[in-house]
Amino acid sequence: MPRLRTIRRIYAVFFVSLFFVLIFLSSFKNLKGYDTDLFLELDPLTALTTLLSSGVLFKGLALSLLIIVPTLFFGRFFCSWICPLGIMNQGLSRFFTGLRLSQKQNINQYRTIYRLKYYILTIMVILSGFGILQTGLFDPIALITRSVVVSLFPALGQSHIPISDKAIFFQGGVFIALLFLAVMLANRFMTRYWCRVLCPLGALLGLMALRAPFRIRRDVEKCTDCGRCLRDCQGGCDPDGALRISECHVCMNCVEACPDGALHYGVSKPDSALQQPLDINRRRVLEISVSAGIFAPMAHSSITHVSHPDSRVIRPPGSLPEADFLGHCIKCAACMKVCPTNVLQPALFESGLEGLWTPILVNRVGYCEHHCVLCGQVCPTGAIRPITIDEKVGKPPKQAPIKLGTAFFDRGRCLPWAMDVPCIVCEEVCPTTPKAIWYHKVEKVGRDGRLIVLKQPVVEPSRCIGCGICENKCPVQDKAAIRVTSVGESRSKQNKMIL
Amino acid sequence: MATTRRKKKSNLKQPMQTRRQLLKHIAVNSGLALGVGGVAWWRWSQDPVVEKITPVAEWKNYRVAPSNHYPVMAVIHGQQVPAMVRQGVDSLGGITRFINKGDRVLLKPNVGWDRQPEQAANTGPELVNAVATLCREAGAASVWVTDVSLNDPARCFSRSGIEKAAIEAGAQVRLPTHNDFVDTQMGGQLLKVWPVPRFFHEADKVINLPIVKHHSLCGCTLSMKNWYGVIGGKRNRLHQSIHQSIVDLASAVRPTMTIMDATRVLKRNGPTGGSLADVSFEETIIVSLDEVALDAYALRFLDLQPDAVPFLAMAETAGLGVVDWRSLNVVERQVG
Repeated sequence: MPRLRTIRRIYAVFFVSLFFVLIFLSSFKNLKGYDTDLFLELDPLTALTTLLSSGVLFKGLALSLLIIVPTLFFGRFFCSWICPLGIMNQGLSRFFTGLRLSQKQNINQYRTIYRLKYYILTIMVILSGFGILQTGLFDPIALITRSVVVSLFPALGQSHIPISDKAIFFQGGVFIALLFLAVMLANRFMTRYWCRVLCPLGALLGLMALRAPFRIRRDVEKCTDCGRCLRDCQGGCDPDGALRISECHVCMNCVEACPDGALHYGVSKPDSALQQPLDINRRRVLEISVSAGIFAPMAHSSITHVSHPDSRVIRPPGSLPEADFLGHCIKCAACMKVCPTNVLQPALFESGLEGLWTPILVNRVGYCEHHCVLCGQVCPTGAIRPITIDEKVGKPPKQAPIKLGTAFFDRGRCLPWAMDVPCIVCEEVCPTTPKAIWYHKVEKVGRDGRLIVLKQPVVEPSRCIGCGICENKCPVQDKAAIRVTSVGESRSKQNKMIL
Repeated sequence: MATTRRKKKSNLKQPMQTRRQLLKHIAVNSGLALGVGGVAWWRWSQDPVVEKITPVAEWKNYRVAPSNHYPVMAVIHGQQVPAMVRQGVDSLGGITRFINKGDRVLLKPNVGWDRQPEQAANTGPELVNAVATLCREAGAASVWVTDVSLNDPARCFSRSGIEKAAIEAGAQVRLPTHNDFVDTQMGGQLLKVWPVPRFFHEADKVINLPIVKHHSLCGCTLSMKNWYGVIGGKRNRLHQSIHQSIVDLASAVRPTMTIMDATRVLKRNGPTGGSLADVSFEETIIVSLDEVALDAYALRFLDLQPDAVPFLAMAETAGLGVVDWRSLNVVERQVG
C-alpha cells in the first residue's frame, strides 16, 4: 500500500492542477458546461457568510457540504488535500525554509499568534450578519482565484506566452499582485504563515473539526518524546504533546515520521494522550464582536452607491441591486476571467471601501458584449444572476432589455458637434435595434465658406442599454466624447433619470 | 548593570600582498575599466531614447493576369449558394485560373459582429464554405479565413457560423491575436503605415467575401469597405474621412477576386442590424474582378445611386475600376 503522504500528495497535485485547468477553461471558447467555480463553491466560508448576509444558500454553494460534513468527522483535511492556496504555500515553505532539523522542529511548534485567524473569522462572520460581506478579502479560494485572474494570467500574456487572443489589463492589478506575492513570501518566515495565522477558512474548518472522532492520536506509552513528528508538521498542531485538533491539517506526516509507531489516525485508544481544547481568548472574541457590531452601522452610514448613486458604478448585466450585490459578491474575479472584452475591472473605491475589487465596467478598456451572459454563468454567489440572452437583450415591446446605465454625449469633445468633423462611429457600433444612437443631419458653412454636411449624433435614452461599446470605440481616445454612467440601470429603483 | 568593557581593538594584520595578486587585481580592474568605457562608448547618444526601427511590410498584388476571353463580372441569381458560386467562378474562367496548386489562400469575409447568419450582419457561412471548398479542389495548400472583428472575435466567428463552415470545408480560421499584427505600408493619401495581420503577407492569394449592408455614414458597406477589416490599431478614426479611407484601403489591397454575398441584404440599421425585419432576401451572388463595378452594381440592393456614394467616383479616378459596370463584359445567370 502506498504511503499516506504519497496519497495526500497525489490529491494535492490533482486539486491544484484542477484549479488551474478550471480557471483556464473559464472563457467563451472553452466554457462548455464545466463547473469552473467548483473550488469557490466547495468553500464553506463563502457559503456561511453569504448565507448570513443574504439569507440564501445559492445554488452550487450547497457543494460546500461536501467539505463541511467530512470535516465534522475527519478533521480539517481541506487545507492540505484540496485548498490550492494551502498546497502552494506548503510547496513554497519547503523551498523557502531550507532548515536544519532542530529548526524545523522549532518552527512547527504551536504559537499564540495562530489565534489571529479566529479573530479574523469572527470579524468576517459578524460583519456578514450585518450584510457587510468582506470574506472575499481573506477567503483563500477567493484570494487565489482573484490573484490568478487579475495578476498571474495577464502576466503570462505580458511575457509573450500565447494564452489569450488579446492583452489583458486590470486597474489596480498591481495591488492584488503585491498582496499575492506577500502571501507567498510570508512562507519565508514560517511554514504556511497564511494558513496558520491568517486564514479565516482554516479557522472555520478548525472549529468544525473540534469534535471530530477521527483524528491524530498519540500513544503515551510508546512515545519517547523524540520530537520527530514535528519536523514536517504542516499545521503546527503539537502532535508531540497535547494535540490541537483545530490546527491539524490531517497531513499524516507525523504518523509516518514516528519511529515508534506511537501516532495513529483514528479513534481513541486506552493509552491515547490528552488533547488541547481550542486556544482562543474569549475576552478578545467578545471585544471584536462588539466592535464589529458597532462598526457595521457606522459603515452603512458612509456614502456608497447604495445611498448616493455613483456614475462610475456600472455593474455587469444581471447584477443584483447594489445593497444585495455587496452582500453577495466575494470579489473572486471569476467574472473578470470569463469576460471576453476585459471590460470587467476590479473596483477601487468607486462603491466605497466595501466595494473594493468588486466588478465594475470600465468602458475605456472594453464594453459589454451584446449577446454575452457569461459573467452571470460563472458567478458562484449569484451577485450577478445567471440570465439568458433573451432576458438580457429583451423582447420589445413586451420585455425590456437589461440596462446597465445610459450613454451621454460630451458635445464639447464630440467631433461632429464640436469640430465639424464627420464621425458617428458610436452610431455604427450601437447594437440595439433600432439603434439607440441616431443623428441630426445638419448643413453648415465652414470656415472656408464651403458647405459641410454633418451627422450629429444623439442618444435616445429609452433605447440605450448602457453597454458602453460607443464609449469604447469612440475615436477620442483619452476621455471619450460619449460616456456611459450608471443612471437608468435596471437593477436600481433610485438611480433613474427619465420619467 | 551596565558593563563598561571597551570593545577590543583588532590588531590582526593583513597578509602580505604578493606580486601575483597585485598583477591580478590590476588586470581585473583594467578589464572592468575597459568594459565600462566600452559600454559607455557603445551606448553614448545625444538623444534620450533609442529609435526603434520596426520593419514595414509591403502589400503584395494578389491579382492574376487580366484576360479578354472571360467576363469581368458574373451576377448569379438562385437559391443554392455552392452551385451559384461555382457557376460564377466558372463564368470568369474557373477556379484554376485564379488558384494554383499549392497556393496559400486567404478568405476575407465580413465577420465584424457577434450576430447570427439570419441577421445578415456578417457574410453568410454558406458562401465561405463554398469558396473554401472550391479553393481546396483547385489544390490550394491551405485556406485561411480571417477578419479583424469589431466585437469579440471568438464570438463573431462562432456565432456567425463561419468558424464551423470553414472547418467543414477544410479551411482554417486564423483569429489575429495582438501579436499577429505587422506594420504595413498602405501608401494612401490618408493612410500611411497601419498594422495588418501577418496572414495577409503569408498568403499567395486573397479573396474578398463581402456582404451588402446599409451603413449610416457612407450609405453602404460593400466590397471596398470590407477592407476596414484588414487593419488593426485605432481604425475608428478612419470615419472622419471615410470615402478617402475606403479608396486608400482598396488601392492597397488588390484581391485575386471578390465574391459578394447578396443572398440576404441588411437594408436598414446597419452595419450591426439585429432585427430580421431589416433583412431582405435578394438571392444573388456576384463574382467580380472589378470592385468598383461590383460596388456600383450592388447599390441597387440598397436603393442607392452612384452619385450618392462619393467613394465610387474617387475610386475610379484612382484607377481601381469603372463605376459604369454596363460598359464592362458582365454576365447574368440564373442557377437552379
